Amino acid sequence: MRLNVVATRPDVPVQPLHALDHLWFQVGGTLCNLECNHCFISCGPTNDSFGMMDLSQVQRLLEDSRRLGVKEYYFTGGEPFLNRQLLPILEATLRYGPATVLTNATVLPARTLEELRRVDQASLYSLEIRVSIDGASPATNDPIRGEGTFARAMEGVRGLLRYGFLPIITAMQPETGGESFDDFCQTLRAAGYKHPRIKLLPPLRLGREIVRSRGYTEHERVTREMMDGYDDSQLLCSHSRIATDRGVYVCPILIDSPAARLGDTLEEGLGPFPLEAAACYSCYLYGAICSNVSASPGQA
Amino acid sequence: MSEATFSRIAAFGGVYSNHLALARVIEDARHRGAEALLCLGDLGAFGPHPDRTPAILRDSGVQTIRGNYDDSLARGLDECQCGYTDPRDNYFARLSYQYTLRNTREENRAWMGTLPDSLRLRLGNRQVLACHGSPRQMNEFLWESTTPTHFLERLCERYEADIILCTHTGLHWQRPLEGSRLFANVGAIGRPANDGETNVWYALLDEGEPPTIEFVPLAYDHQTLADEMRDEKLPGEFVETIETGWWTTCLEILPSKERRRGKY
Ligand code: SF4
Ligand SMILES: [Fe+2]
Repeated sequence: MRLNVVATRPDVPVQPLHALDHLWFQVGGTLCNLECNHCFISCGPTNDSFGMMDLSQVQRLLEDSRRLGVKEYYFTGGEPFLNRQLLPILEATLRYGPATVLTNATVLPARTLEELRRVDQASLYSLEIRVSIDGASPATNDPIRGEGTFARAMEGVRGLLRYGFLPIITAMQPETGGESFDDFCQTLRAAGYKHPRIKLLPPLRLGREIVRSRGYTEHERVTREMMDGYDDSQLLCSHSRIATDRGVYVCPILIDSPAARLGDTLEEGLGPFPLEAAACYSCYLYGAICSNVSASPGQA
Repeated sequence: MSEATFSRIAAFGGVYSNHLALARVIEDARHRGAEALLCLGDLGAFGPHPDRTPAILRDSGVQTIRGNYDDSLARGLDECQCGYTDPRDNYFARLSYQYTLRNTREENRAWMGTLPDSLRLRLGNRQVLACHGSPRQMNEFLWESTTPTHFLERLCERYEADIILCTHTGLHWQRPLEGSRLFANVGAIGRPANDGETNVWYALLDEGEPPTIEFVPLAYDHQTLADEMRDEKLPGEFVETIETGWWTTCLEILPSKERRRGKY
Protein backbone atom coordinates (compact mmCIF):
# COMPACT_ATOMS: atom_id res chain seq x y z
CA MET A 1 0.00 0.00 0.00
CA ARG A 2 2.98 2.36 0.24
CA LEU A 3 4.56 1.26 -2.99
CA ASN A 4 4.61 4.82 -4.20
CA VAL A 5 7.67 5.52 -2.10
CA VAL A 6 9.78 3.83 -4.73
CA ALA A 7 10.99 6.54 -7.07
CA THR A 8 12.31 5.83 -10.53
CA ARG A 9 14.81 8.68 -10.68
CA PRO A 10 17.66 8.50 -8.15
CA ASP A 11 17.52 12.14 -7.08
CA VAL A 12 13.75 12.34 -6.50
CA PRO A 13 12.98 13.85 -3.09
CA VAL A 14 10.48 11.89 -1.04
CA GLN A 15 8.09 14.15 0.83
CA PRO A 16 6.75 12.97 4.19
CA LEU A 17 3.30 13.97 5.41
CA HIS A 18 4.14 15.88 8.60
CA ALA A 19 0.56 15.94 9.86
CA LEU A 20 -2.77 15.52 8.12
CA ASP A 21 -3.88 19.11 8.74
CA HIS A 22 -6.00 19.59 5.63
CA LEU A 23 -8.36 16.99 4.27
CA TRP A 24 -9.65 17.68 0.79
CA PHE A 25 -12.71 16.17 -0.85
CA GLN A 26 -13.10 15.88 -4.60
CA VAL A 27 -16.76 16.29 -3.79
CA GLY A 28 -17.85 17.47 -7.23
CA GLY A 29 -15.87 14.84 -9.10
CA THR A 30 -14.57 16.24 -12.38
CA LEU A 31 -17.92 17.61 -13.44
CA CYS A 32 -18.12 21.35 -14.03
CA ASN A 33 -20.46 23.72 -15.80
CA LEU A 34 -17.43 25.67 -17.07
CA GLU A 35 -14.41 24.57 -19.05
CA CYS A 36 -11.56 26.87 -18.08
CA ASN A 37 -8.62 26.39 -20.35
CA HIS A 38 -6.06 26.15 -17.52
CA CYS A 39 -7.91 23.59 -15.40
CA PHE A 40 -5.25 21.14 -14.32
CA ILE A 41 -7.65 18.23 -14.32
CA SER A 42 -9.64 19.33 -17.38
CA CYS A 43 -13.01 19.44 -15.67
CA GLY A 44 -16.07 20.10 -17.79
CA PRO A 45 -19.70 19.19 -18.44
CA THR A 46 -18.81 15.73 -19.74
CA ASN A 47 -15.74 14.74 -17.73
CA ASP A 48 -16.70 11.84 -15.49
CA SER A 49 -13.26 10.45 -14.64
CA PHE A 50 -14.19 11.17 -11.03
CA GLY A 51 -17.74 11.00 -9.77
CA MET A 52 -19.47 13.03 -7.10
CA MET A 53 -19.04 11.99 -3.50
CA ASP A 54 -22.11 11.33 -1.41
CA LEU A 55 -22.91 12.14 2.19
CA SER A 56 -22.20 8.65 3.53
CA GLN A 57 -18.74 8.54 1.91
CA VAL A 58 -17.89 11.93 3.37
CA GLN A 59 -19.35 11.03 6.76
CA ARG A 60 -17.08 7.97 7.04
CA LEU A 61 -14.02 10.02 6.19
CA LEU A 62 -14.97 12.72 8.69
CA GLU A 63 -15.15 10.11 11.42
CA ASP A 64 -11.67 8.80 10.45
CA SER A 65 -10.33 12.34 10.29
CA ARG A 66 -11.14 12.94 13.92
CA ARG A 67 -8.61 10.36 15.08
CA LEU A 68 -5.98 11.83 12.77
CA GLY A 69 -6.44 15.34 14.15
CA VAL A 70 -7.43 17.00 10.86
CA LYS A 71 -7.69 20.76 11.26
CA GLU A 72 -9.48 21.99 8.12
CA TYR A 73 -11.71 20.51 5.43
CA TYR A 74 -11.67 21.64 1.79
CA PHE A 75 -14.22 20.90 -0.92
CA THR A 76 -13.40 21.05 -4.59
CA GLY A 77 -14.35 19.55 -7.93
CA GLY A 78 -15.39 20.09 -10.61
CA GLU A 79 -17.92 22.54 -9.33
CA PRO A 80 -18.95 21.45 -5.80
CA PHE A 81 -22.32 23.20 -5.99
CA LEU A 82 -23.37 20.86 -8.80
CA ASN A 83 -23.40 18.12 -6.16
CA ARG A 84 -26.98 17.97 -4.84
CA GLN A 85 -25.76 16.69 -1.48
CA LEU A 86 -23.26 19.48 -0.94
CA LEU A 87 -25.34 21.32 1.65
CA PRO A 88 -25.93 18.27 3.88
CA ILE A 89 -22.25 17.41 3.40
CA LEU A 90 -21.19 20.86 4.58
CA GLU A 91 -23.60 20.70 7.48
CA ALA A 92 -22.08 17.36 8.56
CA THR A 93 -18.53 18.66 8.13
CA LEU A 94 -19.13 21.77 10.20
CA ARG A 95 -19.88 19.55 13.18
CA TYR A 96 -16.22 18.47 12.99
CA GLY A 97 -14.35 21.60 11.99
CA PRO A 98 -14.01 24.52 9.56
CA ALA A 99 -14.88 24.02 5.89
CA THR A 100 -13.85 25.81 2.72
CA VAL A 101 -15.61 25.41 -0.62
CA LEU A 102 -13.84 26.28 -3.87
CA THR A 103 -16.45 27.41 -6.37
CA ASN A 104 -16.84 29.32 -9.61
CA ALA A 105 -19.89 31.05 -8.04
CA THR A 106 -21.98 30.71 -11.19
CA VAL A 107 -24.50 28.22 -9.81
CA LEU A 108 -25.71 29.90 -6.62
CA PRO A 109 -29.47 30.49 -6.81
CA ALA A 110 -31.22 32.20 -3.89
CA ARG A 111 -32.45 28.97 -2.31
CA THR A 112 -28.90 27.58 -2.23
CA LEU A 113 -27.63 30.78 -0.64
CA GLU A 114 -30.40 30.71 1.92
CA GLU A 115 -29.63 27.14 2.88
CA LEU A 116 -25.91 27.93 2.95
CA ARG A 117 -26.53 30.79 5.35
CA ARG A 118 -28.57 28.57 7.64
CA VAL A 119 -25.79 25.96 7.73
CA ASP A 120 -23.18 28.64 8.39
CA GLN A 121 -25.10 30.34 11.17
CA ALA A 122 -25.75 27.10 13.00
CA SER A 123 -22.05 26.31 13.18
CA LEU A 124 -19.30 27.21 15.63
CA TYR A 125 -16.78 26.73 12.83
CA SER A 126 -16.16 29.01 9.87
CA LEU A 127 -17.51 28.18 6.45
CA GLU A 128 -15.37 29.88 3.82
CA ILE A 129 -16.47 30.31 0.22
CA ARG A 130 -13.60 30.73 -2.21
CA VAL A 131 -14.56 32.15 -5.56
CA SER A 132 -12.17 31.61 -8.46
CA ILE A 133 -11.77 34.24 -11.11
CA ASP A 134 -8.90 34.79 -13.50
CA GLY A 135 -8.92 38.49 -14.05
CA ALA A 136 -10.31 41.73 -12.67
CA SER A 137 -12.45 42.31 -15.77
CA PRO A 138 -14.26 40.36 -18.49
CA ALA A 139 -11.42 41.26 -20.85
CA THR A 140 -8.89 39.33 -18.80
CA ASN A 141 -11.13 36.71 -17.19
CA ASP A 142 -13.40 35.54 -19.98
CA PRO A 143 -10.77 34.39 -22.48
CA ILE A 144 -9.68 31.86 -19.83
CA ARG A 145 -12.93 30.93 -18.09
CA GLY A 146 -15.42 31.45 -20.91
CA GLU A 147 -17.65 34.10 -22.40
CA GLY A 148 -19.80 35.86 -19.81
CA THR A 149 -18.26 34.08 -16.81
CA PHE A 150 -16.91 37.26 -15.23
CA ALA A 151 -20.35 38.83 -15.00
CA ARG A 152 -21.85 35.59 -13.70
CA ALA A 153 -19.15 35.17 -11.04
CA MET A 154 -19.63 38.78 -9.89
CA GLU A 155 -23.35 38.11 -9.64
CA GLY A 156 -22.46 35.12 -7.44
CA VAL A 157 -20.21 37.31 -5.29
CA ARG A 158 -22.99 39.85 -4.83
CA GLY A 159 -25.35 37.04 -3.86
CA LEU A 160 -22.91 35.72 -1.27
CA LEU A 161 -22.49 39.21 0.17
CA ARG A 162 -26.25 39.64 0.35
CA TYR A 163 -26.48 36.50 2.44
CA GLY A 164 -23.79 37.67 4.84
CA PHE A 165 -20.79 35.78 3.47
CA LEU A 166 -17.35 37.29 2.97
CA PRO A 167 -16.12 35.29 -0.01
CA ILE A 168 -12.40 34.97 -0.60
CA ILE A 169 -11.74 35.93 -4.19
CA THR A 170 -8.97 33.80 -5.61
CA ALA A 171 -7.25 34.74 -8.80
CA MET A 172 -4.59 32.83 -10.62
CA GLN A 173 -2.26 35.42 -12.09
CA PRO A 174 -0.55 34.92 -15.41
CA GLU A 175 3.25 35.03 -15.40
CA THR A 176 3.37 38.36 -17.16
CA GLY A 177 0.99 41.24 -17.70
CA GLY A 178 -1.28 40.36 -14.80
CA GLU A 179 -3.53 42.86 -13.10
CA SER A 180 -2.43 44.31 -9.79
CA PHE A 181 -3.85 43.67 -6.38
CA ASP A 182 -5.39 47.15 -6.50
CA ASP A 183 -7.20 46.33 -9.74
CA PHE A 184 -8.91 43.41 -8.02
CA CYS A 185 -9.71 45.54 -4.98
CA GLN A 186 -11.28 48.22 -7.13
CA THR A 187 -13.35 45.78 -9.14
CA LEU A 188 -14.68 44.15 -6.00
CA ARG A 189 -15.44 47.41 -4.25
CA ALA A 190 -17.37 48.46 -7.33
CA ALA A 191 -19.35 45.22 -6.98
CA GLY A 192 -20.29 46.27 -3.44
CA TYR A 193 -17.63 44.34 -1.53
CA LYS A 194 -16.46 46.99 0.94
CA HIS A 195 -13.47 45.19 2.44
CA PRO A 196 -12.74 42.53 -0.14
CA ARG A 197 -10.88 39.40 0.85
CA ILE A 198 -8.53 38.55 -1.98
CA LYS A 199 -6.01 35.80 -2.45
CA LEU A 200 -3.83 36.35 -5.47
CA LEU A 201 -1.85 33.33 -6.41
CA PRO A 202 1.55 34.72 -7.29
CA PRO A 203 2.89 33.97 -10.75
CA LEU A 204 6.20 32.77 -9.35
CA ARG A 205 6.95 32.31 -5.71
CA LEU A 206 10.60 31.65 -6.45
CA GLY A 207 12.37 32.93 -9.49
CA ARG A 208 13.30 30.31 -12.01
CA GLU A 209 16.83 31.57 -11.70
CA ILE A 210 16.98 30.51 -8.07
CA VAL A 211 15.96 27.05 -9.06
CA ARG A 212 18.51 26.92 -11.83
CA SER A 213 21.31 28.00 -9.55
CA ARG A 214 20.37 25.11 -7.26
CA GLY A 215 20.74 22.58 -10.00
CA TYR A 216 18.80 23.01 -13.17
CA THR A 217 17.45 19.80 -14.58
CA GLU A 218 16.75 19.36 -18.21
CA HIS A 219 13.17 18.32 -17.71
CA GLU A 220 12.46 20.73 -14.89
CA ARG A 221 11.80 18.28 -12.09
CA VAL A 222 12.25 18.68 -8.37
CA THR A 223 15.55 17.28 -7.15
CA ARG A 224 16.77 16.44 -3.66
CA GLU A 225 19.22 19.29 -3.88
CA MET A 226 16.40 21.74 -4.51
CA MET A 227 14.76 20.71 -1.24
CA ASP A 228 17.77 21.89 0.79
CA GLY A 229 16.58 24.76 2.97
CA TYR A 230 13.22 24.84 1.15
CA ASP A 231 10.13 25.48 3.26
CA ASP A 232 8.22 22.30 2.43
CA SER A 233 5.03 23.55 4.11
CA GLN A 234 4.56 25.30 0.74
CA LEU A 235 3.74 21.90 -0.71
CA LEU A 236 0.23 20.66 -0.15
CA CYS A 237 1.46 17.08 0.13
CA SER A 238 3.37 17.94 3.32
CA HIS A 239 0.13 18.50 5.24
CA SER A 240 -2.83 17.35 3.10
CA ARG A 241 -4.46 14.46 1.31
CA ILE A 242 -7.50 14.33 -0.95
CA ALA A 243 -10.35 11.86 -0.83
CA THR A 244 -12.27 11.08 -4.00
CA ASP A 245 -15.12 8.75 -4.90
CA ARG A 246 -12.45 6.25 -5.87
CA GLY A 247 -9.84 6.40 -3.17
CA VAL A 248 -7.36 8.65 -1.44
CA TYR A 249 -4.81 10.56 -3.48
CA VAL A 250 -1.76 12.55 -2.52
CA CYS A 251 -3.05 15.96 -3.65
CA PRO A 252 -5.76 17.58 -5.80
CA ILE A 253 -3.27 18.37 -8.56
CA LEU A 254 -2.27 14.79 -9.30
CA ILE A 255 -5.58 12.90 -9.14
CA ASP A 256 -5.29 12.16 -12.85
CA SER A 257 -2.17 10.14 -12.23
CA PRO A 258 -2.64 6.51 -11.07
CA ALA A 259 0.65 6.68 -9.13
CA ALA A 260 -0.86 9.37 -6.93
CA ARG A 261 -3.53 7.02 -5.60
CA LEU A 262 -2.39 5.94 -2.16
CA GLY A 263 -5.17 3.63 -1.06
CA ASP A 264 -8.80 3.24 -0.13
CA THR A 265 -8.71 4.78 3.32
CA LEU A 266 -7.14 7.80 4.96
CA GLU A 267 -4.89 5.54 7.02
CA GLU A 268 -3.49 4.12 3.80
CA GLY A 269 -2.84 7.58 2.50
CA LEU A 270 -0.47 8.73 5.22
CA GLY A 271 2.82 7.57 3.75
CA PRO A 272 5.53 9.70 2.10
CA PHE A 273 5.36 10.51 -1.61
CA PRO A 274 8.08 10.96 -4.26
CA LEU A 275 7.92 14.36 -6.00
CA GLU A 276 8.42 12.92 -9.42
CA ALA A 277 5.76 14.59 -11.50
CA ALA A 278 6.33 17.63 -13.66
CA ALA A 279 3.43 19.20 -11.72
CA CYS A 280 5.52 18.93 -8.55
CA TYR A 281 7.97 21.28 -10.16
CA SER A 282 5.36 24.03 -10.60
CA CYS A 283 4.08 23.32 -7.14
CA TYR A 284 7.61 23.86 -5.88
CA LEU A 285 7.85 27.16 -7.75
CA TYR A 286 4.40 28.54 -7.09
CA GLY A 287 4.00 27.38 -3.52
CA ALA A 288 0.81 26.97 -1.52
CA ILE A 289 -1.80 27.51 -4.16
CA CYS A 290 -4.64 25.90 -2.33
CA SER A 291 -4.99 26.63 1.38
CA ASN A 292 -6.64 29.76 2.79
CA VAL A 293 -3.50 30.94 4.55
CA SER A 294 -0.05 29.50 4.37
CA ALA A 295 0.14 28.91 8.11
CA SER A 296 0.76 25.24 7.64
CA PRO A 297 2.51 23.71 10.60
CA GLY A 298 4.93 20.90 10.90
CA GLN A 299 8.02 23.04 10.55
CA ALA A 300 8.92 24.47 13.93
CA MET B 1 8.75 16.03 36.27
CA SER B 2 8.05 18.04 39.38
CA GLU B 3 6.60 21.35 38.27
CA ALA B 4 5.56 23.99 40.74
CA THR B 5 1.90 23.64 41.80
CA PHE B 6 -0.58 26.49 42.09
CA SER B 7 -4.28 26.89 42.75
CA ARG B 8 -4.80 30.16 40.88
CA ILE B 9 -2.81 31.25 37.83
CA ALA B 10 -3.08 34.37 35.71
CA ALA B 11 -2.10 34.12 32.03
CA PHE B 12 -1.90 36.78 29.36
CA GLY B 13 -0.24 37.34 26.01
CA GLY B 14 0.18 39.80 23.18
CA VAL B 15 1.55 42.70 25.22
CA TYR B 16 2.42 44.60 22.03
CA SER B 17 4.36 47.23 24.03
CA ASN B 18 1.24 48.22 25.96
CA HIS B 19 3.14 48.90 29.18
CA LEU B 20 0.13 50.62 30.76
CA ALA B 21 -2.16 47.62 30.35
CA LEU B 22 0.65 45.30 31.45
CA ALA B 23 1.11 47.13 34.75
CA ARG B 24 -2.64 47.05 35.36
CA VAL B 25 -2.94 43.34 34.59
CA ILE B 26 -0.14 42.46 37.02
CA GLU B 27 -1.73 44.58 39.73
CA ASP B 28 -5.22 43.20 39.12
CA ALA B 29 -4.10 39.55 38.97
CA ARG B 30 -2.14 39.86 42.22
CA HIS B 31 -5.09 41.57 43.84
CA ARG B 32 -7.28 38.62 42.83
CA GLY B 33 -4.88 36.21 44.43
CA ALA B 34 -3.05 34.78 41.41
CA GLU B 35 -0.02 32.88 42.70
CA ALA B 36 1.73 32.65 39.36
CA LEU B 37 1.72 35.08 36.45
CA LEU B 38 2.42 33.83 32.93
CA CYS B 39 3.14 35.97 29.90
CA LEU B 40 2.81 33.95 26.69
CA GLY B 41 4.88 36.24 24.50
CA ASP B 42 4.83 38.95 21.82
CA LEU B 43 6.06 41.72 24.07
CA GLY B 44 6.57 44.20 21.28
CA ALA B 45 4.64 45.41 18.19
CA PHE B 46 1.90 47.93 17.67
CA GLY B 47 2.47 50.12 20.77
CA PRO B 48 5.06 52.70 21.88
CA HIS B 49 8.38 52.43 23.75
CA PRO B 50 9.08 48.70 23.46
CA ASP B 51 11.82 48.89 26.09
CA ARG B 52 9.32 49.42 28.88
CA THR B 53 7.60 46.03 28.87
CA PRO B 54 10.67 43.78 29.47
CA ALA B 55 11.59 45.80 32.54
CA ILE B 56 8.09 45.48 34.01
CA LEU B 57 7.97 41.74 33.36
CA ARG B 58 11.37 41.12 34.96
CA ASP B 59 10.71 43.33 37.97
CA SER B 60 7.37 41.65 38.66
CA GLY B 61 8.62 38.09 38.42
CA VAL B 62 6.29 37.19 35.55
CA GLN B 63 7.22 33.86 33.92
CA THR B 64 7.58 34.81 30.27
CA ILE B 65 7.58 32.77 27.06
CA ARG B 66 9.26 33.83 23.82
CA GLY B 67 6.72 34.63 21.11
CA ASN B 68 7.45 34.96 17.40
CA TYR B 69 7.95 38.71 17.78
CA ASP B 70 10.44 38.29 20.61
CA ASP B 71 12.19 35.58 18.66
CA SER B 72 12.56 37.88 15.64
CA LEU B 73 13.92 40.71 17.78
CA ALA B 74 16.34 38.45 19.63
CA ARG B 75 17.71 37.13 16.36
CA GLY B 76 17.62 40.49 14.61
CA LEU B 77 15.48 39.06 11.78
CA ASP B 78 14.07 41.48 9.23
CA GLU B 79 10.45 40.47 9.83
CA CYS B 80 8.18 39.55 12.74
CA GLN B 81 7.27 35.96 11.71
CA CYS B 82 3.64 36.76 12.44
CA GLY B 83 2.64 34.54 9.55
CA TYR B 84 0.54 37.03 7.57
CA THR B 85 0.09 36.34 3.88
CA ASP B 86 -1.82 39.37 2.62
CA PRO B 87 0.06 42.46 1.39
CA ARG B 88 -2.29 44.74 3.37
CA ASP B 89 -1.52 42.87 6.61
CA ASN B 90 2.19 42.80 5.87
CA TYR B 91 2.35 46.53 5.19
CA PHE B 92 1.38 47.38 8.78
CA ALA B 93 3.27 44.44 10.28
CA ARG B 94 6.43 45.80 8.68
CA LEU B 95 5.89 49.34 9.99
CA SER B 96 5.46 48.22 13.57
CA TYR B 97 8.30 45.72 13.41
CA GLN B 98 10.75 48.28 12.11
CA TYR B 99 9.75 50.74 14.82
CA THR B 100 10.04 48.07 17.53
CA LEU B 101 13.40 46.75 16.34
CA ARG B 102 14.80 50.28 16.19
CA ASN B 103 13.65 51.06 19.71
CA THR B 104 14.56 47.90 21.57
CA ARG B 105 17.88 47.96 23.43
CA GLU B 106 20.42 45.25 22.74
CA GLU B 107 20.23 43.98 26.31
CA ASN B 108 16.45 43.48 26.06
CA ARG B 109 16.78 41.67 22.76
CA ALA B 110 19.36 39.37 24.27
CA TRP B 111 17.05 38.70 27.22
CA MET B 112 14.23 37.74 24.84
CA GLY B 113 16.55 35.20 23.30
CA THR B 114 16.90 33.48 26.68
CA LEU B 115 13.15 33.00 27.19
CA PRO B 116 11.73 29.47 26.89
CA ASP B 117 9.28 28.68 24.06
CA SER B 118 6.92 26.88 26.45
CA LEU B 119 6.34 26.40 30.18
CA ARG B 120 4.92 23.58 32.24
CA LEU B 121 3.37 23.94 35.66
CA ARG B 122 0.56 22.45 37.71
CA LEU B 123 -2.84 23.83 38.52
CA GLY B 124 -3.90 21.63 41.44
CA ASN B 125 -3.41 18.13 40.07
CA ARG B 126 -3.60 19.22 36.42
CA GLN B 127 -0.69 19.54 34.05
CA VAL B 128 -0.65 22.95 32.33
CA LEU B 129 1.29 23.59 29.13
CA ALA B 130 1.68 27.23 28.14
CA CYS B 131 3.01 28.18 24.71
CA HIS B 132 2.77 31.00 22.17
CA GLY B 133 0.95 29.90 18.98
CA SER B 134 0.48 26.20 19.60
CA PRO B 135 2.61 23.51 21.23
CA ARG B 136 3.81 22.44 17.79
CA GLN B 137 4.46 25.76 16.11
CA MET B 138 5.30 29.16 17.54
CA ASN B 139 3.26 31.11 14.98
CA GLU B 140 0.31 28.81 14.44
CA PHE B 141 -3.00 30.67 14.56
CA LEU B 142 -5.58 28.96 16.76
CA TRP B 143 -8.85 30.82 16.18
CA GLU B 144 -12.07 29.68 17.76
CA SER B 145 -13.83 29.16 14.44
CA THR B 146 -11.04 27.19 12.74
CA THR B 147 -9.80 24.93 15.53
CA PRO B 148 -11.63 21.60 15.83
CA THR B 149 -12.15 20.08 19.26
CA HIS B 150 -10.63 16.75 18.17
CA PHE B 151 -7.51 18.63 17.01
CA LEU B 152 -7.10 20.16 20.49
CA GLU B 153 -7.69 16.82 22.21
CA ARG B 154 -4.95 15.33 20.08
CA LEU B 155 -2.57 18.13 21.08
CA CYS B 156 -3.31 17.40 24.75
CA GLU B 157 -2.47 13.74 24.22
CA ARG B 158 0.61 14.35 22.15
CA TYR B 159 2.02 16.94 24.55
CA GLU B 160 0.79 15.26 27.74
CA ALA B 161 -1.16 18.23 29.04
CA ASP B 162 -4.55 18.62 30.74
CA ILE B 163 -4.72 22.33 30.02
CA ILE B 164 -3.14 24.07 27.04
CA LEU B 165 -2.78 27.85 26.95
CA CYS B 166 -1.75 29.91 23.96
CA THR B 167 -2.06 33.39 22.45
CA HIS B 168 -0.76 34.81 19.08
CA THR B 169 -4.14 35.60 17.49
CA GLY B 170 -5.18 38.44 19.81
CA LEU B 171 -8.66 37.01 20.42
CA HIS B 172 -9.51 35.07 23.58
CA TRP B 173 -11.67 31.96 23.68
CA GLN B 174 -11.80 28.64 25.47
CA ARG B 175 -13.03 25.12 24.78
CA PRO B 176 -13.81 22.35 27.25
CA LEU B 177 -12.30 19.05 26.10
CA GLU B 178 -12.97 15.42 26.87
CA GLY B 179 -11.95 14.26 30.34
CA SER B 180 -12.37 17.76 31.84
CA ARG B 181 -9.32 18.93 29.96
CA LEU B 182 -9.28 22.53 28.76
CA PHE B 183 -7.90 24.67 26.01
CA ALA B 184 -7.71 28.47 26.10
CA ASN B 185 -6.37 31.12 23.84
CA VAL B 186 -5.79 33.89 26.38
CA GLY B 187 -6.04 36.66 23.80
CA ALA B 188 -4.02 39.86 24.08
CA ILE B 189 -3.52 42.64 26.59
CA GLY B 190 -1.88 44.87 24.00
CA ARG B 191 -4.97 45.83 22.08
CA PRO B 192 -8.73 45.40 22.52
CA ALA B 193 -10.56 42.34 21.23
CA ASN B 194 -12.13 43.89 18.11
CA ASP B 195 -15.47 44.30 19.88
CA GLY B 196 -15.86 48.08 20.07
CA GLU B 197 -14.71 48.22 23.71
CA THR B 198 -11.41 49.76 24.78
CA ASN B 199 -10.62 47.26 27.55
CA VAL B 200 -8.23 44.32 27.14
CA TRP B 201 -8.52 40.73 28.43
CA TYR B 202 -6.50 38.26 30.43
CA ALA B 203 -7.23 34.80 31.87
CA LEU B 204 -7.53 33.49 35.42
CA LEU B 205 -7.25 29.74 35.94
CA ASP B 206 -8.59 28.05 39.05
CA GLU B 207 -8.01 24.52 40.29
CA GLY B 208 -11.07 22.41 40.94
CA GLU B 209 -13.16 19.58 39.55
CA PRO B 210 -13.22 20.56 36.80
CA PRO B 211 -10.62 23.32 36.69
CA THR B 212 -11.94 26.57 35.23
CA ILE B 213 -10.76 29.50 33.17
CA GLU B 214 -12.30 32.94 33.52
CA PHE B 215 -11.56 35.79 31.12
CA VAL B 216 -11.17 39.11 32.90
CA PRO B 217 -11.89 42.39 31.08
CA LEU B 218 -9.60 45.14 32.23
CA ALA B 219 -9.77 48.88 31.65
CA TYR B 220 -6.51 50.83 31.62
CA ASP B 221 -5.45 54.35 30.73
CA HIS B 222 -5.87 53.81 26.99
CA GLN B 223 -6.01 57.55 26.33
CA THR B 224 -2.47 58.03 27.59
CA LEU B 225 -1.33 55.10 25.47
CA ALA B 226 -2.96 56.66 22.41
CA ASP B 227 -1.19 59.96 23.14
CA GLU B 228 2.16 58.22 23.47
CA MET B 229 1.55 56.41 20.17
CA ARG B 230 0.81 59.70 18.44
CA ASP B 231 3.95 61.27 19.91
CA GLU B 232 5.94 58.34 18.56
CA LYS B 233 4.33 58.87 15.13
CA LEU B 234 2.90 55.36 15.02
CA PRO B 235 0.23 54.81 12.33
CA GLY B 236 -3.10 56.51 12.95
CA GLU B 237 -4.78 53.17 12.25
CA PHE B 238 -3.14 51.68 15.36
CA VAL B 239 -4.21 54.62 17.51
CA GLU B 240 -7.77 54.26 16.25
CA THR B 241 -7.87 50.64 17.46
CA ILE B 242 -6.75 51.66 20.95
CA GLU B 243 -9.34 54.45 21.08
CA THR B 244 -12.30 52.62 19.54
CA GLY B 245 -11.78 48.93 20.28
CA TRP B 246 -12.06 47.98 16.58
CA TRP B 247 -9.18 46.39 14.70
CA THR B 248 -8.18 48.39 11.65
CA THR B 249 -5.16 46.40 10.43
CA CYS B 250 -3.95 42.82 10.07
CA LEU B 251 -7.53 41.75 9.41
CA GLU B 252 -7.02 39.58 6.37
CA ILE B 253 -5.77 36.70 8.48
CA LEU B 254 -9.10 36.46 10.35
CA PRO B 255 -11.46 33.59 9.52
CA SER B 256 -14.91 34.69 8.38
CA LYS B 257 -16.69 34.22 11.71
CA GLU B 258 -14.17 36.39 13.57
CA ARG B 259 -13.99 38.88 10.72
CA ARG B 260 -17.73 39.47 10.66
CA ARG B 261 -17.81 40.35 14.35
CA GLY B 262 -15.53 43.36 13.76
CA LYS B 263 -16.24 46.67 12.10
CA TYR B 264 -13.78 46.40 9.20
S1 SF4 C 1 1.90 18.25 -7.23
FE1 SF4 C 1 2.56 19.46 -5.44
S2 SF4 C 1 1.27 18.78 -3.73
FE2 SF4 C 1 1.11 17.25 -5.37
S3 SF4 C 1 2.67 15.70 -4.86
FE3 SF4 C 1 3.64 17.16 -6.29
S4 SF4 C 1 4.62 18.68 -4.96
FE4 SF4 C 1 3.17 17.55 -3.69
FE1 LIG D 1 2.56 36.03 17.94
